[in-house]
Amino acid sequence: MPTPPSTEDVSTMSSATLAHDETHDAHEGHHTSFPIDNRKLAIWSFIGSECLFFATLISTFLIYKDSHPKGPGPKDIFEVPLVTGGTAVLLFSSFFVVMALNGAQEGNRKKMLGWLAATIGCGLFFMGMQVYEFSHFYHEGLGYTTNLFGTSFYTLTGFHGTHVAIGTLWLITVFKDAVKGNLPPAKALNLELAALYWHFVDVVWIIIFPVVYLMSLRS
Amino acid sequence: MATSVLEQTHVAKRGTLASWLTTVDHKKIGILYGASAFLFFLIGGIEALIIRTQLARPDATLVSPEFYNQLFTMHGTTMIFLGVMPLSAMFFNFFIPLLIGARDVAFPRLNAMSLWVFILGGLFMNFSFLMNAAPNGGWFGYAPLSSRQYSPGLNMDFWVIGLQILGIASLAAGVNFFTTILNMRARGMTLMRMPMFVWTTLITQILVLLSFPVITVALILLMVDRTFGASFFSVGGGGDPMLWQHLFWVFGHPEVYILILPAFGIISEILPVFSRKPLFGYSAMVFSSAFIAFLGFGVWSHHMFSTGMGPLADTFFSLATMLIAIPTGVKIFNWIGTLWGGSLQFKTPMLFALGFIAMFITGGLSGVMHSVAPADLQQTDTYFVVAHFHYVLFGGSIFALTAGAYYWWPKMFGTMLNETIGKWHFWLMLAGFNLTFFPMHFAGLLGMPRRIYTYPAGLGFELFNMMATVGAFLLAFSILVFMYNMWVTVRRNVPAPADPWGGATLEWTIPSPPQEWNFTVEPVVAERDPVWAMKRAAGVRTLPEPTLDSGKGIHLPGPSWWPLVVAVGILVFFIGFMVKHSYAFPFGPITIVGFLLTAVGIFKWAYEAPDANAPKH
Ligand code: HEM
Ligand SMILES: [Cu+2]
Repeated sequence: MPTPPSTEDVSTMSSATLAHDETHDAHEGHHTSFPIDNRKLAIWSFIGSECLFFATLISTFLIYKDSHPKGPGPKDIFEVPLVTGGTAVLLFSSFFVVMALNGAQEGNRKKMLGWLAATIGCGLFFMGMQVYEFSHFYHEGLGYTTNLFGTSFYTLTGFHGTHVAIGTLWLITVFKDAVKGNLPPAKALNLELAALYWHFVDVVWIIIFPVVYLMSLRS
Repeated sequence: MATSVLEQTHVAKRGTLASWLTTVDHKKIGILYGASAFLFFLIGGIEALIIRTQLARPDATLVSPEFYNQLFTMHGTTMIFLGVMPLSAMFFNFFIPLLIGARDVAFPRLNAMSLWVFILGGLFMNFSFLMNAAPNGGWFGYAPLSSRQYSPGLNMDFWVIGLQILGIASLAAGVNFFTTILNMRARGMTLMRMPMFVWTTLITQILVLLSFPVITVALILLMVDRTFGASFFSVGGGGDPMLWQHLFWVFGHPEVYILILPAFGIISEILPVFSRKPLFGYSAMVFSSAFIAFLGFGVWSHHMFSTGMGPLADTFFSLATMLIAIPTGVKIFNWIGTLWGGSLQFKTPMLFALGFIAMFITGGLSGVMHSVAPADLQQTDTYFVVAHFHYVLFGGSIFALTAGAYYWWPKMFGTMLNETIGKWHFWLMLAGFNLTFFPMHFAGLLGMPRRIYTYPAGLGFELFNMMATVGAFLLAFSILVFMYNMWVTVRRNVPAPADPWGGATLEWTIPSPPQEWNFTVEPVVAERDPVWAMKRAAGVRTLPEPTLDSGKGIHLPGPSWWPLVVAVGILVFFIGFMVKHSYAFPFGPITIVGFLLTAVGIFKWAYEAPDANAPKH
């Protein structure tokens, strides 16, 4: 005998039909095998993959950090106070985005928008810092291919910067939605996903900061 | 009533071109994956035949040495990235939702994007032939051979950029199927009740997620070297060519498990059905698969014994490699245990499954021989290696995928492939395959190098090469027989029953081919081999399809153009890197157009209601 439809099945179907107007891929409102949303699981698995991406870039940097036969090396150009500032800003932004998410979940629009704006500001500040840093290094004589230290430094931090840019862009689109009033507590997940990605980008920098800036100064 | 379901479900108009281009139905996507991958497989096969014809006799000059390099590079690249991987993806797409009792994958539009990125990336790579600049540095792209200095033309740019594009397709699919399998299982289908193929697919996706970023970075570094004259891999600038080999094989070894694990899964579905016995040692199968994948990350350097890593590294990687034989052996014993005492039915899928076991054992044994570093130093880069990896890739993956094709064809297309022609296909392929690749062991042991353009007479290579070439044509003929079988089947169009083999898994409870919504009633599972259990309880051989009488509609996502737009955007973005540009302005206008197209596509996609294009209901 095939299993007859349980009442649970039928109710899932109707809740799926109710979920029509939402912007999502299919199946929001269907049951999931684990008590975690599909999109969250997807972001987590993507982040797992990204970990390997940065691990490979960081390893490459570590192999080549002392390879600067010509042109400046880490000791000649790194400006630790500046980067410490940028790191702190990024670190705080992770806290800000948690507050914004908190606001979104409570349905507190003002709180959400305020903290979200602060997070986006941090992202923009960090990107500004990196642009300043890159052009400063360039004027100190470290072009992209001057030496392998430079190439691997720019590649690693450049890709991190790209991730910050993508994260900021993502937060901006969520912000835009929120301003339009399209981010009720029921859809706080839209912000949570961006926040997860943002945390990840921050954590990567928390590794890059000591490994790239501090360790290279010691050697 | 079934009709009320139909009315309330927006079934796309079948057959129109637009309906295929915009489809988000995992089954249609699976068929498109299969069709395109089979085409690429044929192209790779033609390349192999030209290689074999060139090598049939000593001192041959059928093709130029330059073209020969392109042939073996594109043959290897094609077979791995455009043949076996997407052929597995066909089965993931079509069958994972059916096997776990789901209506769809977790992200249908992402799924469509994977497909189009893959197809466009594959076309892009093969387009290189038309520009007379096909990749020519080997499928492993060893630096510094692949650097600008030694590969100045566009050839290796096609390879680097093509792989980069294909990697995006794999990663997107990895995220999608990881989520689908973990989160979309039918009620009651615990992890340890999942069909074996679902398990090996899950592990494959984890391998994709963890190994593809490594090759992505390696390709980025190579691209930086080639485009900007950096020296990550060139000794002159302080770079280290060994870094390329490490990064490539950290990806490359897991990749071989990405190619073979789905095959393990397919075989583990087929053997029980045609032995009328549950899979022997299910949990051992699960754990050995996971263990193989885990070890797979620790053995990459066995591809580098001859690079002089030193005795300590050689010993470590030797031992780690030998360890893999243990979980693999467990699997083989379990398969044999499944056959043991079963009432075996030698239908075509079963024949290919048994062929798989025999060929895979042969390939596995020569694999163990390679794990011994001193022996490997003799065998590496000879035809012995070529024999080994074809035994696992062709005798393993392709035999299993063919078994899967015969097994699941009725479910996919609603018709049965012809049994008699299928048996001819099997025996011809088995004979052709062994005649092609077994002699290569001997040619290799006699010292015939791999990737060699030609060889002089009198070294003892002639006989083995002639045998291999004859075998290759026999093998090609067997593929023609397969195509004939498909043609006959499509022409006769005799409907297949829902459950032609007496299957154990959920896909056999629904009609062949399945309706767009898969399951009229979402299944509930209480044990492994759920369909056998239901049949046993009901005392029948095949189950009637349940009908839904609640009158409630089934919600499916509507078709969408945006996945295709995003895929085109990605392609254009990467093509931009091929165009000569100056150091000061590295990103040409084409790159920018591609970027904008991708960005617009993603935004439209994100804000598109999932059923915007579907009739309202
Ligand atoms: C139609 C049957 C096939 C024939 C006759 C064939 C023949 C060959 C030959 C002769 C070579 C060596 C080229 C050389 O070293 O000079 C080769 C290389 C290779 N083949 Fe195949 N092959 C076949 C199918 C496959 C399949 C199904 C796969 C993978 C799934 C595959 C993967 C490879 C790879 C990875 C290489 C190495 C390419 C390189 O060294 O760069 N082949 N094949
Ligand atoms: Cu390996």
